[in-house]
Amino acid sequence: MSTIKFSIVVTAIGVIVWAATHWLGIDYAYFAGYTILQLIVLSTAWNILGGYCGYVNFGTAAFFALGAYSTVFWYKFFPMPLPVLIVLGSVVSGIVGLGMGYLTLRLRGAFFSIATLALAVVLQTLVINWDFVGGSRGAYVIHPENFELAGLSVHYIEYLFVLMLVLAVIALVTARTIERSQLGYGFATIRDDELAAEACGVPTLRLKLIATTLSGAFMGMAGAPFPFYIGYLQPQSAFALDYAVNSIAMPMIGGTQSWVGPLIGTIVLGSAQQYATVTISSAVNLLIVGLMLVAFVIIAPNGLLGLFEQLRGRKKP
Amino acid sequence: MTALLHVDNISKRFGGFVALDGIDLEVQPGERLGLIGPNGSGKSTLVNCVCGTLQNEAGNVLFGGEKMDGLAAHQRTHRGLARSFQLPRPFHSMSLVDNLRIPLLYTVHARSGPLRTAADIEARCADLLKMVGLAAKSRQRPRDLTQVEMRKLELARAMAAEPKLLIADESMAGLSHSEIEDILALLRQLNERGITIILIEHIMSAVMSFSQRLAVLVSGKKIADGKPEDVVRNPEVVRAYIGQ
Repeated sequence: MSTIKFSIVVTAIGVIVWAATHWLGIDYAYFAGYTILQLIVLSTAWNILGGYCGYVNFGTAAFFALGAYSTVFWYKFFPMPLPVLIVLGSVVSGIVGLGMGYLTLRLRGAFFSIATLALAVVLQTLVINWDFVGGSRGAYVIHPENFELAGLSVHYIEYLFVLMLVLAVIALVTARTIERSQLGYGFATIRDDELAAEACGVPTLRLKLIATTLSGAFMGMAGAPFPFYIGYLQPQSAFALDYAVNSIAMPMIGGTQSWVGPLIGTIVLGSAQQYATVTISSAVNLLIVGLMLVAFVIIAPNGLLGLFEQLRGRKKP
Repeated sequence: MTALLHVDNISKRFGGFVALDGIDLEVQPGERLGLIGPNGSGKSTLVNCVCGTLQNEAGNVLFGGEKMDGLAAHQRTHRGLARSFQLPRPFHSMSLVDNLRIPLLYTVHARSGPLRTAADIEARCADLLKMVGLAAKSRQRPRDLTQVEMRKLELARAMAAEPKLLIADESMAGLSHSEIEDILALLRQLNERGITIILIEHIMSAVMSFSQRLAVLVSGKKIADGKPEDVVRNPEVVRAYIGQ
């Protein structure tokens, strides 16, 4: 399927999801849907660097929080429409992603991961000590009750939901386009063998920088609307461990070598989490992630996609 | 005639260990050079310095008259320097076709020339696989290959970059006699197409039959360079290999 066709299909599915949620008419559906869509963007973004290139980033929360705090900053400094803030958030996170790439990409394996974890700690410390964006007290970002455009008025949460739906579509289309392009082949060679990649003429450093920048930008994009969603943003919630763990676990469970993996993983895990939040408690979320991750590492180390491929391979004579 | 590759007095250390100690080497266009030496004599380090995997600390590497020092490995590949690895390093997650597609996309496609469309690239991959006799396995993964097939894939991938100079680093180690003949025939075929070849090898019968010239490294120094028959009779070379 060509990229244009794929974009149309994904957009159509997006519209159907929106229509179905709208038809339900429950605000909670938007809240839950927003969380899952946000995780789709995050895990897809993580997968660009972690799945395609094989560089495991533990700092998702840092990039997400950068996007969120960029919004808080502009909200206080010079209020602008949310779509503009999303662009700004992704630019900030993308630049930090590029910087992080320059500083850390000579490291491999666990050392790279530790460096990204350190980045999250450093950024959180900076934010805690930055009074303008609320410091450790946090900051209120009050959204209007309704979003109005050209005489149309919807609940603000529905507006946020639709925005996040658009971001998810953008992230998925981008990830799939990369996967099938020259860039995607280059990323895969980095994952497989960097030395051999260089010998084949692949400019590995440049490609890795592209990956960290893109990955960071998408994470920031997912974080930018978050202050409006939550209303009160504090460092602990923006830099929460959940984001880092979820954005790694979801692609791992779905399968990291294709754009579908993070999507499937997020839908499975994200829905389970939302269900648990309503029926048991929100604290059980991370337990579910942990248990599922352990189970998948044992049963299907290549995720659901890998498991599916294995089963299909067995059926063939 | 100016040399295609000119290695000028290069040195490389690893901590206190001198791996290369002032090596000079010239390779003419179209030549078949054998490079031999005992284990640990610096052959692979020399290849790594020439190809940019390692950077030499002293001296220069000139390729086609252009200084290579400071250039990354992929930039040297773009200029026409290709290598195969001692232990095959295929891209494990990709099919054989895709393994060959990488140098075509990133090296040949990047130069201005033919290979413009996806179909061109596809056809070129098929040609290369046919040349090394792996056409039937084009959709399989490297893990399905035997040792000799893996070496052939390694050579095909180096060839895919359309190099002027190919450095084959021990591409026959561990192969049977007939398999060695296979690889040698392949290398000769490439040389006939005008590609300069440096063959690094321990198997003397293969080196002797293939090379027009032989260079010998011992402990990071070049101790002999000349006609194969003369070099193997050189007392210093005999001493290095057999001992006194």
